[in-house]
Amino acid sequence: MRPYLARQLVQLVVVVFGISLLAFGILHVLGDPVLLLLPQNAGIQEFERYRHLLGLDRPLYVQYWKFVSGAVRGDFGKSWYADTPAFKLVLERMPPTIYLTLAGLLVALLISLPLGILAALKRHSWIDTLCTGLAVAGQATPLFWLGIMLIIVFAVRLKLLPASGYGTWQNFLLPAFCLGATLAPITMRLVRSGVIEVMNMEFIKTARAKGLAEPAVVVKHAFRNACIPVITVLGLQFGQLLGGAIITETVFAWPGVATLTVESIRNQDFPVVQCAVILLALLIVGVNLIVDLIVGLIDPRIRART
Amino acid sequence: MSAQTEVELAELGPSRAGAPRAGLATRLRRLRWGLAACAVLLLVVASAIFAPQISPHDPLSVNIRHRLAPPAWMEGGAARHLLGTDQVGRDLLSRIIYGGRVSLVVGAGAVLIAATIGVLLGLGAGYFGGRTDWTIMTLINVMLTFPFVLLALAVIAVLGPSLPNMILVLGVAGWPIYARVIRAETMAIREREFVLAGRALGMSHARIVFRQIAPNLVSVIVVIATLQVAQVIIFESFLSFLGLGIQPPTPAWGNMLGEGRVYMLNSWWIATFPGLAIFLTTLVINLMGNALRDWLDPHLKL
Repeated sequence: MRPYLARQLVQLVVVVFGISLLAFGILHVLGDPVLLLLPQNAGIQEFERYRHLLGLDRPLYVQYWKFVSGAVRGDFGKSWYADTPAFKLVLERMPPTIYLTLAGLLVALLISLPLGILAALKRHSWIDTLCTGLAVAGQATPLFWLGIMLIIVFAVRLKLLPASGYGTWQNFLLPAFCLGATLAPITMRLVRSGVIEVMNMEFIKTARAKGLAEPAVVVKHAFRNACIPVITVLGLQFGQLLGGAIITETVFAWPGVATLTVESIRNQDFPVVQCAVILLALLIVGVNLIVDLIVGLIDPRIRART
Repeated sequence: MSAQTEVELAELGPSRAGAPRAGLATRLRRLRWGLAACAVLLLVVASAIFAPQISPHDPLSVNIRHRLAPPAWMEGGAARHLLGTDQVGRDLLSRIIYGGRVSLVVGAGAVLIAATIGVLLGLGAGYFGGRTDWTIMTLINVMLTFPFVLLALAVIAVLGPSLPNMILVLGVAGWPIYARVIRAETMAIREREFVLAGRALGMSHARIVFRQIAPNLVSVIVVIATLQVAQVIIFESFLSFLGLGIQPPTPAWGNMLGEGRVYMLNSWWIATFPGLAIFLTTLVINLMGNALRDWLDPHLKL
């Protein structure tokens, strides 16, 4: 276990370094903060003064060092728009995003686990065909459009659920379903192919041969082993899930990090954008690490693999 | 965005390795879906190309007196506006036909950029191995850690929204999936006899990579690229939906949806039909990608 852990940690450090470079580069190499900060009719002297004031006339590596050493201490600079530290602004909006992501994951599992297992066990039956059809249709559905359709049907027409807002469990239903429904197709297909693969294994034949009842074979032997690829991919998909949560937030006006990021982009508030991007990426890296460790614990074969 | 394609490809693995090849009837039936999808896609492409000829109205002509007219089959709808009109009285059907141009151009352009970068890096990593491989793999991991949406948003925020910027961003952000698959394939092909023979004959690295290895990867690249076009179209419309992509009044499915959201309380059709157009287009592209995958049968392992 220890070399496995060490390998994961080395990779973690490299990836975090890469993320910081990317987040720094987007603002400082692709764009010019001063051009974004000052009005367009400001004079050249004004630009130079600000450039000096913000330390932008110094070499890039010095600026990067300043950026990173600040970021490590949670100092991403003040928001250019509101007079608050960017870090505080982003951190305040983190919980709603995380709750939404978890709720979406739950919905996705509630849809995909039963359907995926059923489809795998009744291969080539009408259930399988139906599931495949649903998956194909689901993957072609833009999440933000689904969200709007859900709002039109359930909030505007039927007046059953709130269209936006945050705080009660009713507020969770539409966004969570929207997010879950878009993750479900991929997960369902994974569960299906995972279970199919496992059901062809020798140990399933053994379990059947020793007279075990079919439900016990499926639950105790097949499902457990089919879980490994599902957990791995779900972990790796956490980034995609968070990406989906970002889209969902903007549709339902959910008060999370994503709406903050989009607002900040509209306001050209780059410290906040930078901070949000880095914190979200760190969250993803952290979750991926945890998933890797869990999978490593469950399946000793993976630990040995380079 | 790459995860879905990866699953599409990965599904080949177990089912194909264990079970015998599907019967001719099944293969034909699958191909039938693919052909039907292909026909619909051709229709979409043709209507985008010939938009000036076939669209009933000018997509930009404003007519306040006919604003928010419902589709023709509803009460109050007029036959001259089949799908109704938007908040300033522009014909929705014409705007959807024109909007297809943006989506298809961005989809094709971005996929071309992503495939070029991804294939080159994948070939390099797979063929040379060692430190080159490690560097490129790390780069891939960093890219995959970033949610694609977030990366695109951040870059667009700095560069400013425009059509070329959007193609560039979606292209540059989309390469890791190609690199990953091509790398794995290249590593397998590198050990084959004909490559070893080429090396023994003293061929240069470039010649081996581009003349011997790359031609074997064409079908894989075609399959990934097809499936990715659908993903790019969805992301493009999301950016336009947020107002960070194609700017109004230029019609794009995404910004039509964004404008329609404001009016969804009374005029559901403005947001519904552009979304249906995105759905239909991505659906047929996905179906075609799946059919291509089955037909070309690339033995992909991820």
